[in-house]
Amino acid sequence: MTHNHTLVVDTLSLAYGDRTVIDALDLAVPSGRISAIVGPNACGKSTLLRTMSRLLAPRTGHVLLDGASVHRMPAKELARTMGLLPQSPTAPEGITVADLVGRGRQPHQGIFSRWTRADDVAVADALDATQTAELADRAVDELSGGQRQRVWIAMALAQQTDVLLLDEPTTFLDVSHQIEVLDLLTDLNRSKGTTIVMVLHDLNLAARYADHLVALAGGRVYAEGEPAAVLTEDVVRVVFGIESRVITDPTSEKPLMLPMGRHHTRDAGAATRHEEPT
Amino acid sequence: MSAPAATGSTLDRVLGARVRRAKGRRRVMLILVALIAVVVVVSLMVGQTFYSFTDVVRVILGQDVPGASFTVGRLRLPRVVLATAAGLSFGMAGVAFQTMLRNPLASPDIIGISAGASAAAAFAIVILGLSGTAVSLVAIVAGLAIALLVYLLAFKGGGGGSRLILIGIGIAAMLDSVTAYVISRAGQWDLQETLRWLSGSLNGASWQQLAPTLLALVVLAPVLLGQSRNLASLQLGDDTASALGVRVERSRLTVLVAAVGLIAFATAAAGPIAFVAFLSGPIAARIVGPRGSLLVPSALVGAALVLVADLCGQYAFGTRYPVGVVTGVLGAPYLVYLIVRTNRAGGSL
Amino acid sequence: MTATITRRDSNVASLRRPNRVRLSWLLALVVLLALLMVASLAIGSRTVSIGDMLLGLGGSLDTLGQAAVNKRVPRTLLAAIVGAALGLAGAVMQAVTRNPLADPSILGVNMGASLAVVTGIAWFGLSTATGYIWAAVAGAAVAAVFVYTVGSLGRGGATPLKLALAGAATSAALASFVTAVSLPRGDISATIVSWQIGGVGGASFDSIRPMLPFFVAGCAISLLAARSLNSLALGDDVAASLGERVAVVRVVAALGAVLLCGAATAIAGPIGFVGLVVPHLCRLLVGVDQRWLLPFSALAGAVLLVAADVIGRVVARPGEIDVGIITALIGAPVFIAIVRRQRVRAL
Repeated sequence: MTHNHTLVVDTLSLAYGDRTVIDALDLAVPSGRISAIVGPNACGKSTLLRTMSRLLAPRTGHVLLDGASVHRMPAKELARTMGLLPQSPTAPEGITVADLVGRGRQPHQGIFSRWTRADDVAVADALDATQTAELADRAVDELSGGQRQRVWIAMALAQQTDVLLLDEPTTFLDVSHQIEVLDLLTDLNRSKGTTIVMVLHDLNLAARYADHLVALAGGRVYAEGEPAAVLTEDVVRVVFGIESRVITDPTSEKPLMLPMGRHHTRDAGAATRHEEPT
Repeated sequence: MSAPAATGSTLDRVLGARVRRAKGRRRVMLILVALIAVVVVVSLMVGQTFYSFTDVVRVILGQDVPGASFTVGRLRLPRVVLATAAGLSFGMAGVAFQTMLRNPLASPDIIGISAGASAAAAFAIVILGLSGTAVSLVAIVAGLAIALLVYLLAFKGGGGGSRLILIGIGIAAMLDSVTAYVISRAGQWDLQETLRWLSGSLNGASWQQLAPTLLALVVLAPVLLGQSRNLASLQLGDDTASALGVRVERSRLTVLVAAVGLIAFATAAAGPIAFVAFLSGPIAARIVGPRGSLLVPSALVGAALVLVADLCGQYAFGTRYPVGVVTGVLGAPYLVYLIVRTNRAGGSL
Repeated sequence: MTATITRRDSNVASLRRPNRVRLSWLLALVVLLALLMVASLAIGSRTVSIGDMLLGLGGSLDTLGQAAVNKRVPRTLLAAIVGAALGLAGAVMQAVTRNPLADPSILGVNMGASLAVVTGIAWFGLSTATGYIWAAVAGAAVAAVFVYTVGSLGRGGATPLKLALAGAATSAALASFVTAVSLPRGDISATIVSWQIGGVGGASFDSIRPMLPFFVAGCAISLLAARSLNSLALGDDVAASLGERVAVVRVVAALGAVLLCGAATAIAGPIGFVGLVVPHLCRLLVGVDQRWLLPFSALAGAVLLVAADVIGRVVARPGEIDVGIITALIGAPVFIAIVRRQRVRAL
């Protein structure tokens, strides 16, 4: 089992030039749970995740892991506790699955130290956990999108961190692979207690898979908590600017948001007809 | 679901594959070293006068052999050592660039760094009348400055590898025209010599000229080797590398300075031997496989390339060609082939 | 309400740039070219007075100044013709390939011409200007077809990046062969080097004359293709649906460009970047209509090369810097600026 870690974002602000992207944001990530960050495009959700993993430096405020600023601690030490899977990682041409997963061992190795049995065990564990052991000798370029994403998650697993951040792990995947990846992350969280923080596009998937849902708007946390408390018609109206209906998903008992546009609602057809002559 | 413990079969598989590959890798490197040794000895034996293997070995061991001591020890040995050192430098620095920028086309001879060192060296020789170490220094400063310029122009605007390559090509075109101007100012007598140097040549190698190159190799190669793990992570993209605990900018700067240093010292001594930096990495990847760091295999391939090309250039054709012409004629079609293959595969380069 | 309408009008106006504006730019360029040509006659290692210049133009050789003018006339003409050819060829290539980085030197066409000429000099005893031109045109054509084929393999067709890389690779390859051909020939290496650097310095009327038929044919073909190139700018599919025979247009227009830059390269050596820079600047002046852009590019190319020749004579006085070097020093930064401005994905 993994250790508990506190991951806290403290009055964080970040701007690109004059444009403020994150504005005095506070967030406490619950340890050992799955948190999902949602919000409209350009609300700063990816920026927040990238700042938490120190890819970006904040203008003011801190990201504290166990009370220490992630931007100040040694890079390797951080990489042994917190991993990140970026949105579109690049695999070198021709690299095999086992080799790519092995790259996740980097933070555990010294400059000239040799590859150890512990490294092999970590790689084998990661391959097994993601069910990619069969693919171990294949080239990453040859895999399908879903397989490739599982391999990248395996690489992050080989890093053996207690906290894992993922930036839109389901983009470019079709629905079956999205479910596959999210199920895998849930397995990981349930079996090892890994703290998972991910940015997700799909509100309904986020509500289903997250223990803790964070809705961002305008660079601030607009609402956070249990999905049922966060995903409401009011929050959707403010955060995404659309009308919606939120019902309870009959399969998961989680909230399910049905967006409403100007058409295809019971009274929209009539409205359109009335407006036509003008 | 229970915690997935490493099943025996997966662990065996991972372990077995790694051991197999490590063995294969060691075997390939041994073959390369053996090849280099053979070519070195052959290069020392043949020439206007032929010396036997035993003569050559005795000279290398420091014994006095009439005739051979001068011809082999003073003339052929420095040439062969320069070829080896330049090949090692080009091969290692080239693959460092290619790995760091994640693109086989991003080698220093394509993105203008060699062109910068050449232009500076030609300027130093023809206009300033410098020679020896001074030329090396000018070439190194210019190489670093150009590397920095290309880097700043490409990255400060945001963007990545392909932009950097195109900008490098533009800079190289500009520098080539500077070199052309310098050549046009060279006297008729200098012309042939300058041209020869610019195409990369080992003619007239001396121990004196060799010293800086060897020193650079001894100092800078370990620096690059120390970065090999970081390079492997940088290949996965800046974000992933950073998540793996690599300090991206610092690591990149270290690689940049060390690789440019290697290139510039070797260029100052032997001229920009065409395409060695560009070719060695892909060839090494082909024979070693993508597993593990390519720095050492690529350096060995570089040395083998230069040695073989020099031997061919001297004796395989009617006229004696400088080594750079041979590597250029061999390497250019490969460059085109690489682009054809990448385009076919639909790769984004 | 009134304000909105006015604004909309001015938008339309700026879309269809009034011919008045274009004509005044045209006039300005002609005047500029004339001034530069006068400067080119007057400036050099010996500066000539107006009186001497007029007499020299009349054919008089009485003073040193008049003789200098007499020698500078063909040189100035050649610079203008070569500049016009390269500017026009660049504009056509950019239109044919729909590629902002297309340029005879970047696409490897100049090097193709170089290798053909150098091989001709070294192995086949090529020595006449007409011979150079035929060899250069053939070499340029082969290189152009090769680069375009390599660059358009695979997904996405001929993207700017793929074309530029294929061109650079081919150029590098050809350059190696040029060195390999010329190095063992110490006897002709000076001829080859002076030709390679490119220049208009040694021009005489006799050396210009063989180029003229190629120049005229190339200009005619290119300008006649202008309207079709306008359709091509909308993409192959749209052009085809507008009734253009896309492949034919491409081949014919490319032939015009190859004739122009092959002939220019044969006489003046490989001169880079004129074909890249000029069309980009002209687009700022007259917009994207090829019927205006092509003649403008020719004119502006002439202006640029005459100016480069004058600059080359002024900065290195009493020596000279060849135009090819000046154009590369001016052109490469423009190339880099274009690359930097393009979005990465568009590359």
